[in-house]
Amino acid sequence: MFSFRKSALAVIAAAGVSGVMAAAPVQAQTLKVVMHSDVKILDPIWTTAYIQRNHGYMVWDTLFAVDEKFDVKPQMVDKYDVSADKLTWTFTLRDGLEWHDGKPVTAEDCVASIKRWAARDSMGQKLMASAEGLEVVDAKTFKLKMKEPYGLVLQSLGKPSSNVPFMMPKKTAETDPMQQIKLEDVIGSGPFIFKGDEWKPGEKIVYVKNAKYKPRAEPANGLAGGKVVKVDRVEWIAMPDIQTQVAALQGGEIDMIESPGHDLLPLLAKDKNIELVSFNPTGNQYAFRFNSLAKPFDNAKIRHAVFVAFGQEDFLKATIGDPQWYKVCKAPFVCGTPLATDAGMADVLNGNAAKAKQLLTEAGYDGTPIVLMQSTDLQVLTNLAPVAKAQMERAGFKVDMVSMDWQTLVARRVKKDPPTQGGWHAFLTSWVAADILNPVMAGYFNASCDKAMFGWPCDATIEKYRDQFAKETDPAKQKLIVEELQKYWVDHPTHINVGQWYAPLARRKTVQGNLTSPVPVFWNVTKK
Amino acid sequence: MLDFIARRLIAIIPVLGVVAVFVFLMLRLTPGDPAAVIAGDNATSDQIADIRTKLGLDEPIWTQFAIWIGNVLQGNFGESFFFKKTVAELIAQRVEPTLALAICTLVFAVSISVPIGVMAAYRQGSLIDKAVMGFSVLGFSVPGFVIGYCLIYVFAIELGWLPVQGYVRIGVNFWQFAERMVLPSLTLSVGFVALISRITRASVLEVLNEDYIRTARAKGLSNRVVLMRHALRNAAVPILTVIGLGIAILIGGAVVTESVFGLPGLGRLTVEAVLSRDFPTIQTVILLFSVVYVVINLLIDISYTLFDPRIRY
Repeated sequence: MFSFRKSALAVIAAAGVSGVMAAAPVQAQTLKVVMHSDVKILDPIWTTAYIQRNHGYMVWDTLFAVDEKFDVKPQMVDKYDVSADKLTWTFTLRDGLEWHDGKPVTAEDCVASIKRWAARDSMGQKLMASAEGLEVVDAKTFKLKMKEPYGLVLQSLGKPSSNVPFMMPKKTAETDPMQQIKLEDVIGSGPFIFKGDEWKPGEKIVYVKNAKYKPRAEPANGLAGGKVVKVDRVEWIAMPDIQTQVAALQGGEIDMIESPGHDLLPLLAKDKNIELVSFNPTGNQYAFRFNSLAKPFDNAKIRHAVFVAFGQEDFLKATIGDPQWYKVCKAPFVCGTPLATDAGMADVLNGNAAKAKQLLTEAGYDGTPIVLMQSTDLQVLTNLAPVAKAQMERAGFKVDMVSMDWQTLVARRVKKDPPTQGGWHAFLTSWVAADILNPVMAGYFNASCDKAMFGWPCDATIEKYRDQFAKETDPAKQKLIVEELQKYWVDHPTHINVGQWYAPLARRKTVQGNLTSPVPVFWNVTKK
Repeated sequence: MLDFIARRLIAIIPVLGVVAVFVFLMLRLTPGDPAAVIAGDNATSDQIADIRTKLGLDEPIWTQFAIWIGNVLQGNFGESFFFKKTVAELIAQRVEPTLALAICTLVFAVSISVPIGVMAAYRQGSLIDKAVMGFSVLGFSVPGFVIGYCLIYVFAIELGWLPVQGYVRIGVNFWQFAERMVLPSLTLSVGFVALISRITRASVLEVLNEDYIRTARAKGLSNRVVLMRHALRNAAVPILTVIGLGIAILIGGAVVTESVFGLPGLGRLTVEAVLSRDFPTIQTVILLFSVVYVVINLLIDISYTLFDPRIRY
C-alpha cells in the first residue's frame, strides 16, 4: 500500500538519515465519529436540535435518566423522596460530583438549571406551572414543592430527549434562557470534557475523558447507570457528504457513522470490517401533521377520513425499503414503550379508501385542494409526501403537493396564512421515539390552540386528558387515561403516525460497546 | 500604470455595492427562516418568534440592510447566527483549506494544461491532438463530484494510496497536508485543464501560422525555442484571460469539491450557511469572493504587460 508519508520516510531512510528514534509514546485512544450533523450551537437548552442534545450528553449530566425500558432512574441524584401528600419532593445529590473546573456541584446549581430548562421546554413549563417553587435546603439537597400532586416529576427531570434538563453551574444556568451560553461556559459535570480550544465548527468538535468523573456503581443501562468512559478522546468529524462518510469508514479513517443513509446500508453490510448496530430499538416515528386552522382540516371528520385512508406500510416501503429497518405500528406512543397501546386504532391506518371516501362525503368535503408540503432534501422524508398524496387522492381528496427544501418548509410551517397565500394544510416529518413517550411529552398532542406547535389544534378534551395524565401519579391509571385519550384522538386527530423506523449506526468492528439507548452516547464504548 | 490600478480599484466599490444589495435582497426574498432552523424541530411558534426578535429579523428589511451595511463599512461583518463567532473569525478559520486547494489546483492545472495544449497545437491532427481534445470534452462534460467519487474509489478505497477525506493544516504536518490535497486538487483541476488546454491549443495554433514564426524557423531556431519563446509567449494573453475567468469555476468547484472531500474551507462554509440561512455569513463570503474575483482579474490584466510589451495602461 502506497502513501506519501511512507514514501517520504523511505526516502529519508535511504538517504542515510539516521538518529536515535525515541520510543513512541502510547497513543491516546481516539474515537472518530461522524454524527448526523455538525455542532454549530453549544447550548442544548437554547435549541431542541438533536445534535445539541447529543453534545449535551457528552458534557453535562442529568439528575435522572431513563434506562433501556424507559424506566426513570437516579443519575446525579443519590436519593429522593416524596412526602405523603405527594406535594414535596426532596432530592439529594451524590457525593463527589464536580464540575470540569473542579468546583463542586451544588443544589443551587441544580435549582438554577431546572429553572432555565423549564423556561424553554414544554414539559418543564407544565411541571413548573404545577409547582409552588424550588428550594435549596443545603449544599447537596433541594426541594420541589408542588401545588397539587403531579405524576410526571421524575419523567420530566429524567426526560431523555430535547430539551433534556442538563445540570449546569449556577452562573451558566442564570444565562437568559433566550440567549445562548458562552463558549467558556461549556463546563459540565458529565463524563467528557469539551475542548473549546479544538472546536472548529465545520471541521470537528473534540471531547476528552473526564478523569475525575465518578460513575454510578450500577452497570450502564440506556442513559442510566454508570457512565464509564473507555476511550481517551472522542472527535466528532463534520463530513456532510454521505458517500464520503462511507468511503472514510471503509478506509478506516473514521470509526463510526451515527446515521448512514438507508440506501447505503447494503453496501456497508457487505464490508467484513464494518457492522451495523441498531442502538435505538424504539427508533423513530413518521408523522403527518394537520394545520387544524385551515379549511377543510378545521373539520375533525375530514382529518379522521385521512386517518382512515392512510396505510403505514406504503410510507415505510417508499422511504426505508428494507423491512429490517421499519415496523408497522399503530401505537402513537411508540411500540415497545410503556404507554404503547392500539386502543381505538382498529379502524384507522388500514388504507381503506372506500370508507374514507364515504366519510368525506358525510363531512361535506367541498374539493378544496390540500396544500401538502414535501421536503425534498432530506432522504428519510422525501418520499413520504408522494405516498400521502396518492393515498389521499384515492380517497377523494384533491392534493396540491408543493416541493421545497426542509429549511423552507420549517419556515413556512409556522405561518398561519391561508394555504393559498403562503400557508399550508399538511406536511410530514419524523420524531425520535424518545420525544413522544407520553401525551405531555409528545408535542403534536398539545392541543392548546395558539400555544400548541404549528398546526395549532384547539381541543379542550385532549387538553383535559393531558392534564389528567400529568396529575395522575399511578402508572396503571395513567395508561387508562392514555387509552381514553387515544380513542378520542382517533376521531379528532391532531396528526397521524404513519410508521416506525430505525436507523442503525455503522461502526468498524474494532469498536464495541455502544449502549442500547434512545440517544447515541459514547461512554462504555471501546476501541481496539 | 498606477493610474490604471487606482481606477480599477475604485471601480471595485460600485461592483461591491451592487453585489451587497443583490445578495442581501436575494437572501431576504428566498424562502426560509434562520430562527426556525436555530430553534430546532420541536420548537413552538413563540420560541421561534423570540429568536427572530433576538436576531433582529423582525425589523423592516431596509432597516436590516442599513444596520448591516453600516457595520460592514466599519469593518464589522457581524456574528454568525449559528456559531457564537464573528463572521471574520469563521472566515479566517476556513480560508487556509480553500487557499491551499486553489493554489494546488492552479499549479496542477497550469502545469498540465499548457504543455498538452501546446503539444496538441504543434501536432495538430495527430493522436495527441485528438486525445487532448477528447479529454477536454470529457473534462467539460463530467461533473466534478463524479470525478471526485471515482478518484476516491480508485486511489483511496481500492488502492489505498491516499486518504478519502479531511484536511491537515500545512503547519501541523506537511506530508499529511500533501496527501490530502492530491485528490481534491486533481478533481478540481479536470475542468480547468479542459478549459485551458483547449484555449492554449487554439491560441498557439493561431500564432504558429504567423509570419514571424516562419521567420524564426527560417533563421534555424529549434522547435523548442520557436514554441516556447515565440509561439507560447505571443499566445499567452488569451490563456491568461481564461485562467482569470476560470477563477469563477474554481470558486464554484471548491463548493462541491470541499463537500466531497470533507475539506473545512470557505466553499463548505458557504453551503452550510446557505442551507441554514445564516445571512451574515453568506453575505460576507459572497462579498469576499467578489473581491477575490475582481482583484485576480486586475492582476491578470496587469500581467499582460509582462507578455506583450505593446500593452500599456
